[in-house]
Amino acid sequence: MSMFRKLAISAVTAAAVALPSGAALAAGGAGYVEDYSFSFEGPFGRFDQNQLQRGLQVYTEVCMSCHGLQYVPLRTLSDEGGPGLTEEEVRAYIEMNFIEVYDPEIDDWRAATPNDNFPTSSLETAPDLSLMTKARAGFSGPYGLGLNPLFRGLGGPEYVASLLTHYTEEEQEQFGTIFYQNETFSSEWIAMAPPLWEDGVAYNDGTAATIEQQAMDVAAFLTWTAEPKLMARKQMGFTAVIMLGILSVLLYLTNKRIWAPVKTREKADTPAE
Amino acid sequence: MSGIPHDHYEPKSDWEKGLAKRLPIIGLMYDTIMIPTPKNLNWMWIWGIVLTFTLVLQIVTGIILVMHYTPHVDMAFASVEHIMRNVNGGWAIRYVHQNGASLFFIAVYMHIFRGLYYGSYKAPREITWIIGMLIYVLMMGTAFMGYVLPWGQMSFWGATVITGLFGAIPFVGEAIQTWLLGGPAVDNATLNRFLSLHYLLPFVILGMVILHIWAFHTTGNNNPTGVEVRRTSKKEAEADTLPFWPYFVIKDLFALAVILAVFFAIVGFMPNYLGHPDNYIEANPLVTPAHIVPEWYFLPFYAILRAFDGDVWVVILTSFLTGGIIDAKFFGVLAMFGAIVVMALAPWLDTSSVRSGRYRPMFKWWFWLFIVNFFVLMWAGAMPAEGIYPYIALIGSAYWFAYFLIILPLLGVIEKPLPQPATIEEDFKEHYGKSDSGEGGATVPTASPAE
Repeated sequence: MSMFRKLAISAVTAAAVALPSGAALAAGGAGYVEDYSFSFEGPFGRFDQNQLQRGLQVYTEVCMSCHGLQYVPLRTLSDEGGPGLTEEEVRAYIEMNFIEVYDPEIDDWRAATPNDNFPTSSLETAPDLSLMTKARAGFSGPYGLGLNPLFRGLGGPEYVASLLTHYTEEEQEQFGTIFYQNETFSSEWIAMAPPLWEDGVAYNDGTAATIEQQAMDVAAFLTWTAEPKLMARKQMGFTAVIMLGILSVLLYLTNKRIWAPVKTREKADTPAE
Repeated sequence: MSGIPHDHYEPKSDWEKGLAKRLPIIGLMYDTIMIPTPKNLNWMWIWGIVLTFTLVLQIVTGIILVMHYTPHVDMAFASVEHIMRNVNGGWAIRYVHQNGASLFFIAVYMHIFRGLYYGSYKAPREITWIIGMLIYVLMMGTAFMGYVLPWGQMSFWGATVITGLFGAIPFVGEAIQTWLLGGPAVDNATLNRFLSLHYLLPFVILGMVILHIWAFHTTGNNNPTGVEVRRTSKKEAEADTLPFWPYFVIKDLFALAVILAVFFAIVGFMPNYLGHPDNYIEANPLVTPAHIVPEWYFLPFYAILRAFDGDVWVVILTSFLTGGIIDAKFFGVLAMFGAIVVMALAPWLDTSSVRSGRYRPMFKWWFWLFIVNFFVLMWAGAMPAEGIYPYIALIGSAYWFAYFLIILPLLGVIEKPLPQPATIEEDFKEHYGKSDSGEGGATVPTASPAE
């Protein structure tokens, strides 16, 4: 039943604004994606904690006014392998940014606690960003063979960073909405105005806030929100490969030992040719 | 079992004798694990163990996942994220389960191709083959329904497209589709029954696997020569075979460890490589993805499904002859399921008296072309259905059917097979018995007469 209710509600809103971007929302493909280099790439890649904190800052000061992170619990900001805030800092973060969540029990908005998730998108047409770096692919092909994503990665973070840095100056109006030309966006015209400005945020660690720096920082942060256990996962992969490698060698030697008599017996049984 | 003479379990102590009288389970296990196995089996005979292991792996990880998953259209997607973020080790279990499906299909395709090349489907192993094909179909159903559960965009639209296939059946299609979905469209009822069946079918598969193993334990294993194990005397049987334990158990475990090392490298370093990014977007009935593609293991059949569109003369002719009852859509569905049916009928379509492709000079070429064609179809299935791709898919589909319906029946008649070794022992000696002539006097000159 709820599906039909949702259908009706979203049909009205979607028809107004979302339709031009609908196809693009669904498409995994992209336009131009620059192959940025991130610290978390490769089998031994790790998040750069400073970068995650800078990315959190960009997200908070720039993205959060429209976009949400509905699947990310606020408390995970203090998780190992993440931005690494202390629990007090998480509370302070919530308080300083007036983060509120809708509580169905009191049927009203209230201040968030660390156990709540980040709020959902406040702008109907702004997609939730929790999984954005996994929901987009930057690299594909060549010729549908999947070799680029094999060697360069799926390119979700690169897609996000490229999207933020590849606006042209062009804009056009469709059905009363302004669209901005973007070389990365699959349908070329995106409803989101260029969000980043040179020195648009002031980094605490003194990093120069170029547009590219902000784009990469927020892309790194969104990689963490999409895959918070990335470092633990790579650690597990490494341990598993080593353990199974050792086990393989032992089993290989055992197998060789077991079969040796059978094979040499054959050798012995064969008359010299 | 297997008619191959070998030692059987003899209960010795009193409790063993007592148990054997009441429930001969130890004897059954002994005979299963000690089955005389052709000693010339090569590395293509490891996939059965890999498949059995993967089935257990999927069942175990699946049982844990379902403890945390919520089968409701409003909560399913979020519950998967809950597993990925809040459940202890949930991300590992889920990624293993997700990629375990791919491991399952890689192994099953290797296993099937092994059977096709070495003629493992031929008499007296037709029942083993048919059960195997049923397992394969059940696997596809299970994997398809499992892919719907995360309730992402590809889940939803894949389910819509595939269940739509049933809608193409003349007269009753729409009713069947509605019955399968539990409503007019993919919705909560669909999600619930898919979870129920996704949980049920693996246990049906497990039962079928037991039958599959029972069947080939009754006929004995095939082997790379296709020559039967001698059953004339225990001595001769022992010259052709070795007990499964420890010779093949250790060999298979070694292979399994190597395969799992690669598997865990994929899970650890690129767990989403084989998935589709759109499935990290929650299902939305209002937004159709630009390209709806199934998982990689369905792509060859997806290519066959789409190959037969309304422009193909066979389709036009069939549509004309049936008065439009079999239209292009239904023809595609028939072709897709037909592709599996003709493969299942291989034991009766292959007329050659020789089992193993090793001794079939012409068959070899057609077989390897079949393998190449399989990957071409897989590739074409992932491409958009426009430009040159439908033609490639059509040629590939035509070859798939020709292989089973024309080439296999004809080859048996026109092909002159190469001489086969008389016994498995001879083949094994041929392989391992070669004296190391290059090493000088290191060879053992004569057999020890005492044996």
